[in-house]
Amino acid sequence: MEHIYDVIIIGGGPAGYTAALYAARAGLDTLIIEKMAPGGQMTLTGDIDNYPGFDEGIDGFTLGMKMQQGAEKFGAKTEYTEIISVDFSEKIKHVTTYDGTRHAKAIIIAAGAHPKKLGIPDEEELTGMGVHYCAHCDGRFYKGKTVAVIGGGNSAVADALYLARLAKKVYLVHRRDTLRAEKIYQKPLSEAENVEFVFNSTVNSIINDNGIKGIVVSSNDGKVKEIECDGIFVSIGRQPSTGFLGNEIELDSNGYIIADETTKTNIDGVFAAGDIRTKALRQVITAAADGAVAAHYAEKYNSQN
Amino acid sequence: MSALKINKNNFDLVINSDKPVLLDFYAEWCGPCRMVSPLIEQIADENPQYLVGKINVDEEPELAAQFGVSSIPLLAVVKNGKIVNKSAGAKPKHQILALLEG
Repeated sequence: MEHIYDVIIIGGGPAGYTAALYAARAGLDTLIIEKMAPGGQMTLTGDIDNYPGFDEGIDGFTLGMKMQQGAEKFGAKTEYTEIISVDFSEKIKHVTTYDGTRHAKAIIIAAGAHPKKLGIPDEEELTGMGVHYCAHCDGRFYKGKTVAVIGGGNSAVADALYLARLAKKVYLVHRRDTLRAEKIYQKPLSEAENVEFVFNSTVNSIINDNGIKGIVVSSNDGKVKEIECDGIFVSIGRQPSTGFLGNEIELDSNGYIIADETTKTNIDGVFAAGDIRTKALRQVITAAADGAVAAHYAEKYNSQN
Repeated sequence: MSALKINKNNFDLVINSDKPVLLDFYAEWCGPCRMVSPLIEQIADENPQYLVGKINVDEEPELAAQFGVSSIPLLAVVKNGKIVNKSAGAKPKHQILALLEG
């Protein structure tokens, strides 16, 4: 008989490694399956200054590594591989990866979310070559150039601010007439001289002539105009990473796993923690909190089954 | 073997290599690059049939420009001195290996 873990945790971000810490510390035989490296979406930001305990801020990659080390100290194991499919139909649940199938009594899904795409022509082809989803990663290649940031939430505004320090000019294209971002982001933005707002507008297409030359936007009143730029940074929100799940787990209309504050899903012994779950606020700390709760219920499930 | 640090002085090793070359363009400050770099080291270690190199884009802006890097990590495959495949963004190991085989 193959090894059966008490709990398999899918995803090594803050939800996953907090779940792993609590599960392993409670004595559960715990495996984390992570696609690449610890940290998840945290690695895509610069300094994280809203996770308590780090008064000088901490970069997302280092925080991810620390969370992993904290969990591994208590015996949690990490396997780096990608999941192809899952089977939660039996009491013992199965997770099939590119490196074989793993088995566990309980599952915590903490696979997080990834950036939403605009869904316009050439976007895929130009990804990383003019179309970007991570200002912190790619902004430095646009020193002295012109860029457009698409979106109006906190991350779009943070991206625009970051890029304004590097680029010659930053357009902020947003489909509404006001920004959704919190005030702390908006004030410095209104003071940045090289940022121009393009409100009530959506991006129709990319002007692609052996690379990006600009974008075509249309405004709510039907006017169409071209904006010249060397690159665009898309920041229109995130979508949950549930592609490997099949249809056993119930999702809401936006694709998030339906689970309340107990993190319990529609399947007994399967829990959802962090950004992948329906919830009000998606932050590192709320993901970590979910991880602790999920581990608690996974432990309870293990002791009753 | 670990991944070889490539700069403009030893770039001939890439151009003249008999083996297919995998190049990882990275920077110290880039989180996704730091996610990929252990995978690149593993691939270097486990696959003697490839030459695996890493290029720091801050130290080697000319090489970065030569490969048209505008996003990192950028993985490039060079065969017989020519770029045959390029892919931006962090990705799991099996996908990186597929770039080399494709």
